[in-house]
Amino acid sequence: MMSAPATHFNEDARRVAPDTRHRGIIQTAMGKYEVVRDQRKLWFQDWQGARNLAARTKFESVNHLDKHLAEFTRTIEARGTKVHWASNAEQARNIILGILSDKQAKVIVKSKAMTSEEIHLNDAMEHAGYEVVESDLGEYIVQLRKEPPYHLVFPAMHLTRGEIKDLFQEKLNDAPSDDPEALTMVARRALRKKYLQADVGITGANFAIAETGMISITENEGNARLTAAVPKTMITLVGIEKILPRLEDLALFLPMLAVMGTGQALTCYNTMYGGPRQLGEADGPEEYHVVLLDNHRTTLLADAEQRDALGCIRCGACLNVCPIFRNVGGHTYGTVYGGPIGSVITPHLRGLQQWKHLSYASSLCGACTETCPVKIDLHHHLLQNRRNASALPTGKPSFFQKLAFKFFAPIANKPALWSLTTKLSRIGMKLRGLVNGSVVDPVQAWTKTRDLPPIAKQSFREWWKEHGK
Amino acid sequence: MSEREIIFARIREGLSIKAHAHYGDGLPTTEEHRGVMPPVGASIEEQLALFAKNASDLKATFKLVKDASELTAELRALRDTEKWQRVATHKSPLAQTHSAALGLATLVADDGYDKHDMEQCDVGISECDALIAQTGTVLVTSRSAGGRALSCLPPHHIVIARREQLVADLPSAFALVKRTYGVSYPSMISFITGPSRTGDIERILVLGAHGPKKLTIFCL
Ligand code: SF4
Repeated sequence: MMSAPATHFNEDARRVAPDTRHRGIIQTAMGKYEVVRDQRKLWFQDWQGARNLAARTKFESVNHLDKHLAEFTRTIEARGTKVHWASNAEQARNIILGILSDKQAKVIVKSKAMTSEEIHLNDAMEHAGYEVVESDLGEYIVQLRKEPPYHLVFPAMHLTRGEIKDLFQEKLNDAPSDDPEALTMVARRALRKKYLQADVGITGANFAIAETGMISITENEGNARLTAAVPKTMITLVGIEKILPRLEDLALFLPMLAVMGTGQALTCYNTMYGGPRQLGEADGPEEYHVVLLDNHRTTLLADAEQRDALGCIRCGACLNVCPIFRNVGGHTYGTVYGGPIGSVITPHLRGLQQWKHLSYASSLCGACTETCPVKIDLHHHLLQNRRNASALPTGKPSFFQKLAFKFFAPIANKPALWSLTTKLSRIGMKLRGLVNGSVVDPVQAWTKTRDLPPIAKQSFREWWKEHGK
Repeated sequence: MSEREIIFARIREGLSIKAHAHYGDGLPTTEEHRGVMPPVGASIEEQLALFAKNASDLKATFKLVKDASELTAELRALRDTEKWQRVATHKSPLAQTHSAALGLATLVADDGYDKHDMEQCDVGISECDALIAQTGTVLVTSRSAGGRALSCLPPHHIVIARREQLVADLPSAFALVKRTYGVSYPSMISFITGPSRTGDIERILVLGAHGPKKLTIFCL
């Protein structure tokens, strides 16, 4: 039986994949990205060498996570930050709701945080009566549409300017034209008001630096900068795996993240926060809270084979190169983390039984592994998930599968039988032509969505007999 | 047990099974970083030229000025073309004196300010910690540049730097931060690379998403 998420995935994939309009939007956006990303890779003296160093650094961070986390807590607390620990989503939500009620907050401004999607923070805050505003332009757009982000880095990449204009007209009553610049200024004006009203700012984090006790945030718009500058209280929600050991590790990771994320050398703002406003500083929040989130990251950590997946810097590069992602789209996954990395980690974060189907939605082409800046072995992890899924009680082969392999095994094991079967198949293929695609077609399940490749006129053995010396 | 201890226990248990280090072990040295990262020329002239090129690619304005009077003239010209009425700055030898020379209403961030007033300023004038040639980046901190909002809230950010603040690359910039601040780091350290931007609508570049639409860097 298919799990509910698997059914949802299949239905959506069937709907989105043939949608040529969707495909057009994604291809155009990705086309622009690919050009700049490739130029930037060449800008490095040795991009492959950089990937090796990044993978090494992440290996060290993740495999000594206890040591680095302890150091991070010590160093960031030393300058007046309050550190909180959350084993799961509910605890994290309660910690944050507790701070909000403590501060008697009304308006909350947020900068982009996938972790907050993970714990459904916005729903919880809105339910508790707070006004919550996403400030990243893409996030703001999907928030107005009451939709989850489409992509890790480009939340609104599936929308055209026309759709965004209509949205702003409907929700904000302010949309002079569909010019991207004009639309951006509409959002800028609307959000400036919110910044000035906001009592609390909530951010995510790209890195947490153990040595110096800092949270590092990468962005282009300046919305995270303002979230950390204007409100009186600042909260950062960060996964425990985001640790980097030393400040200077950022010298490598900041440009690598920018190159793979957006094709930039560095994004516009890369900012490290080490505490609330310090003595003698002009401004900044009076209180700074850092919420460290486990939420099954330790489950993934316990799998030594796939532990490297915790090194993910959420650059989105594996999504961008993935033929499945590009065809079925970001929303089809039904997960916070989509694309190859999402397919790898979601079974660990939310259960293999429910989410194993994602590991089958892959051509195993390996483009993701090849592109990943921290060298996560993504496509092999998909295979390992498949292996683990087949070991589940529900993963046992069906009676028909067993029967099929009972016949197949002796044929594949005896060369004479194999060659006889291929010869017969060639005849069979010809006969099949008569029933192609109809209900009596024996391979109908396969040909519904694909062509059946013809069997070669000559087998390799036959060719070798003729030409081989 | 506290939640912290519970999480640590899970981490330690998880790590009791060792993973294989496919790409080597141990943290890379700065030399290893430099060996793979984008090249930067060795001489000051090359680095200055690289910074200028990067800044212009980023749509920032970069100008070398030979002395204080030339800088004042440049700022006054900008004041007139952009019709500034209010300027924000911070207590500092260069930024404050040059802001004062504009003869406009001036907000000094360190004196304590109202966020609405800061938002109404036409320009924020600050100093910085370093200019990074490799990426065309301006490095500011909450201590060197008048806090967190000054370099982000007004629509135009002007940086006044000194030529000796130019560093070659990102590793040098991080080393500088450590050298300058030791263990008493400012609460914010920001690497500013061009004016604020977004590509969230059809991947088309728009400047001034939330932060400054313009970034001008004067180097004495
Ligand atoms: S798995 Fe690798 S490529 Fe994919 S988002 Fe994470 S770091 Fe980027």
